[in-house]
Amino acid sequence: MLAHLPVLQVILPLVAAPSCLIIRKSGLVWLFTFLVSLAALTVSALLLQQVIDSGVISYHLGGWDAPWGIEYRIDILNAWVLLIVSALGTVVLAAAHTSIRRELEEGQQILFYTLYLLCFSGLLGIVATGDVFNVFVFLEISSLSTYALIALGRDRRALWAAFQYLVMGTVGATFLLIGIGFLYMVTGTLNMQDLAARLPAIGTSTTVLAAFAFILVGICLKLALFPLHLWLPNAYAYAPSVVTAFIAATATKVAVYLLIRFTVSIFGVDFSLSVLPLQHLLIGLGLLGVLTASVVAVYQMNIKRMFAYSSVAQVGYMIVGIGLGTAAGLQATLLHLFNHALMKGALFLALAGVVYRVGSANISAFRGLGRRMPWTMGAIVIGGISLIGMPLTAGFISKWYLISAAVDSSHWLVALLLVAGSLLAVAYVWRLVEAAYFHSPETPDKPADEAPLSLLIPTWLLALANLYFGVDTRLPLAVTEMASRTLFGGAL
Amino acid sequence: MIGNESLLQLALLLPLVAVAGIRLLGRHENLREAVSLLAGTALFATVCSLYDPVFRGELVEIRWLELMPGLSLAFRAEPLGLLFSLIASFLWSVTTLYAIGYMRGHGEGNQTRFYSLFAVSIGAVMGIAFAENLFTLFVFYEVLTLSTYPLVTHAGTDKARAGGRVYLGILLGTSIGFFLLAIVATWLLAGTLSFTPGGVFDADTPRSLLSVLLALYVFGVGKAAVMPFHRWLPAAMVAPTPVSALLHAVAVVKAGVFVLLKVCLLIFGLDTLGSIPATEWLLYLAGISVLLASVVALRQQNLKARLAYSTVSQLGYITMGALLATSAGFSGSALHIVMHAFGKITLFFCAGAILVAAHKTEIHQLRGIGRQMPVTMVAFFIASLSIIGIPPTGGTWSKWYLMLGTLEAGQWLLMALLMGSSLLSIAYLLPIPLRAFFSGNGQDSGGPPVAIREAPWPSLLAIGVTTLGCMLLLFYPNAFYQLIKVAL
Amino acid sequence: MLVAALYNYWIVIALMMIGLFVVILGGNLVKKIIGLNIFQTSVFIFYISVGKVDGGSAPILTEGVELYSNPLPHVLILTAIVVGIATTALALALAIRIKQAYGTIEERDIQTRDSQC
Repeated sequence: MLAHLPVLQVILPLVAAPSCLIIRKSGLVWLFTFLVSLAALTVSALLLQQVIDSGVISYHLGGWDAPWGIEYRIDILNAWVLLIVSALGTVVLAAAHTSIRRELEEGQQILFYTLYLLCFSGLLGIVATGDVFNVFVFLEISSLSTYALIALGRDRRALWAAFQYLVMGTVGATFLLIGIGFLYMVTGTLNMQDLAARLPAIGTSTTVLAAFAFILVGICLKLALFPLHLWLPNAYAYAPSVVTAFIAATATKVAVYLLIRFTVSIFGVDFSLSVLPLQHLLIGLGLLGVLTASVVAVYQMNIKRMFAYSSVAQVGYMIVGIGLGTAAGLQATLLHLFNHALMKGALFLALAGVVYRVGSANISAFRGLGRRMPWTMGAIVIGGISLIGMPLTAGFISKWYLISAAVDSSHWLVALLLVAGSLLAVAYVWRLVEAAYFHSPETPDKPADEAPLSLLIPTWLLALANLYFGVDTRLPLAVTEMASRTLFGGAL
Repeated sequence: MIGNESLLQLALLLPLVAVAGIRLLGRHENLREAVSLLAGTALFATVCSLYDPVFRGELVEIRWLELMPGLSLAFRAEPLGLLFSLIASFLWSVTTLYAIGYMRGHGEGNQTRFYSLFAVSIGAVMGIAFAENLFTLFVFYEVLTLSTYPLVTHAGTDKARAGGRVYLGILLGTSIGFFLLAIVATWLLAGTLSFTPGGVFDADTPRSLLSVLLALYVFGVGKAAVMPFHRWLPAAMVAPTPVSALLHAVAVVKAGVFVLLKVCLLIFGLDTLGSIPATEWLLYLAGISVLLASVVALRQQNLKARLAYSTVSQLGYITMGALLATSAGFSGSALHIVMHAFGKITLFFCAGAILVAAHKTEIHQLRGIGRQMPVTMVAFFIASLSIIGIPPTGGTWSKWYLMLGTLEAGQWLLMALLMGSSLLSIAYLLPIPLRAFFSGNGQDSGGPPVAIREAPWPSLLAIGVTTLGCMLLLFYPNAFYQLIKVAL
Repeated sequence: MLVAALYNYWIVIALMMIGLFVVILGGNLVKKIIGLNIFQTSVFIFYISVGKVDGGSAPILTEGVELYSNPLPHVLILTAIVVGIATTALALALAIRIKQAYGTIEERDIQTRDSQC
């Protein structure tokens, strides 16, 4: 059983997804999906434990050896991302039942769970696999189900957002496919480890460069890296609330993982960051993303949209970390990957609570909400200060590491601009806090009207995680340090 | 007897206990205020009992938790911090006394929130005072900013919110933009953030880098209100007067200059500080800040605004004294924290008393008011003398040492600047009480004279205590002076 | 000579450009979907071309044949075709829903209708 953990991680939700259609009762389906994702979470925790204890796990699908069969290869990096994805997926799912019942029709609910599990398994598959073509397949599984999930939104604009995302996402995935084809042309293999071993010998032929360019653009589309982020704000704003929480906490993280996997371990740091001027490109685009998206976020009236832009900005931080091209920078990115999942998970779940009670996510709906929904707003405030990067929250740790990494490699200007991004975060978070606590509500003296416990508990779980991992940093620090060191040590 | 470590814990936790008490008793006004007063007195007693061990140089240190290797929330009682916490805790109880009279007399709402946030701010001040390293200090610095925001916007009007936005924008902006960056850089350069006597930097750290760092610290600690980052202080005057008194004459602004003193003494070290080229520039910047703020204060017609600019100017003195990098200058700065705290809080108390009793906020309305409110205006006069720095008040000492410091450093120009600014402070402070006593009721009051009486007795008592403090400090500055000697 | 020999790659490039052009500039959603399809198809052809070995026979074990074409890209592209079909189906379904919700499938009309409300 233990030996089959890597494949169980992916297969479990994949098989469970169609089973949802058999059960037919939405309460039961929720329980079933929740148990499945809980099982996936257990598996990923076990995997991480196993990797920490005894190093890389290699699993050959169907017993076929690597060059022919598909290999699942779990090292510390993807074990870490697997844990993030499955943990966040599970917590969001715990809150899903209540929110979904309010936002979707009866018939759509079971479909929602099916799609959720499909997307879940797709994301886990991308991370777990050691085969580049397999990455494409899982990418499409997760993307297709995400389009459908977004289209479930009540607003008709959700449909248009989903369609736009579909076009952009498909173009991105197809770019990735072309890049993979080029790689196969020059190396004759699809296995990541073999690719990493053979590519340096080939050097910088045009084909390799073309492959690299296609793959990079493809991933960056998925990543919503500025200026390829146009699909993201609408998709986040109009999707059902829990869907937003889910994809915000997981999907972009997986894309960042892919970027790291391709640039650092497959093409190698030397090729990606030294031969090509990618370093300047990544830092430049990352910073541009941080600043422009944050500025745009300040002017959003819809809070879901505001935090969507903030996500674009946060992706910028992660990209800057990769662009610094040092182990410290990569570690900062990996830390922020985790911390950002925690804060955006908490924020979007809390927003789901607000939408549940108030029915709108416009800034005007937040007036006086500090009195009406003290617990939900409390979680938003915690998520917000973590987003800003105040000390004693998780966000501070990753910002600290990122700024240290920038200063350490004497990128002073970068450090200064990163800090400026934090200030902009203050501006947009504060707008919300001011509305909630310092404006009187439109209908005064309404009694406290808190979100149901089934939403509050998952929200607060994530909010407390923001505080906990801002204080007890041993686990994330140890894992990310190990991961960045092995990646820069050249071993896949 | 309680151990010294427990005393330190107590000093940090007492304000939090007070918050809980105030929240619980929110409905019973008298009990709630009693808790505030009691906590203030207990806190002062606790800090006082730390005086002896610190004076003897004992190591009193506690460690809450460690975030990353080498980065922890830890506290240590040391002379400078003790000095600051003594002032803050003493004036907290006095201000609470004053606030009881003011808030009831002025009929303010949300008083439970007011008192509990007051306690939170004092807790943050204790954290700043006793911080063992820059990180801990930064955490509580931000807590202080955030917990005072609702106090500033207490009135809840649009004007209050606009003022609050400036307040928060500048304080958070500078602290995250510059201060945090400076801390990170210090961490990378020196490998530690702990306050260490003699400084943390190696002798061969490039001076140009240290220059940048020093500038980041001076501008980053926005609470020290060095121009051009002083705008938040006048903006914060929309707050109720007890807030302006305690926070914007004592807790917040003094936290700012205290941080600067600590950074100068224990991160850079006075010797290193003197050898950094940027020190000279920043010194002149502080000097300009002193002079300009005085000039601006002269032109203010609103009493609180004039006091606010006077504070900006006086904070410049303290910053300047620290940057002089001489022991006399440093002593002068540290003493000025004490003296200015007592003087300025009295002035604000008086301004608040006038507002409550006579509903007047503009300076030209105050002609002849000395006859109706003699106690208040006499207090105002004495406190003014202390700010200016002439006997019989404690302000004399700090000005004396600051002058000595400029002499020691050979900065004749700065000395002239200080004298000039002192003359300006005579011009913007003394006319107020003098006109209150010696000129008749202004023509502008037109109608029949309104019966104006003194402010409520708790407020009056608080004014009396701080005024007495101003004078006593002339005769007994020794307790503080010795403490500063230990710090150096 | 070289140009003629690599004609299949030229076709790939031509199809790819046509597809992308239609995706970007097509105002009608169905046209966009068709563009997307053409774009994907070009990649299928590209993969299949990659797998062809000069003089190689179809990869079926036969007596007397030594040289086979590479079967792997063909297998891969089978998967990609399935994905492509799924994408098209989903996109068409969305187009139908958009038609129901907005009453149009012209991009410009949809945007004006959104900005009105």
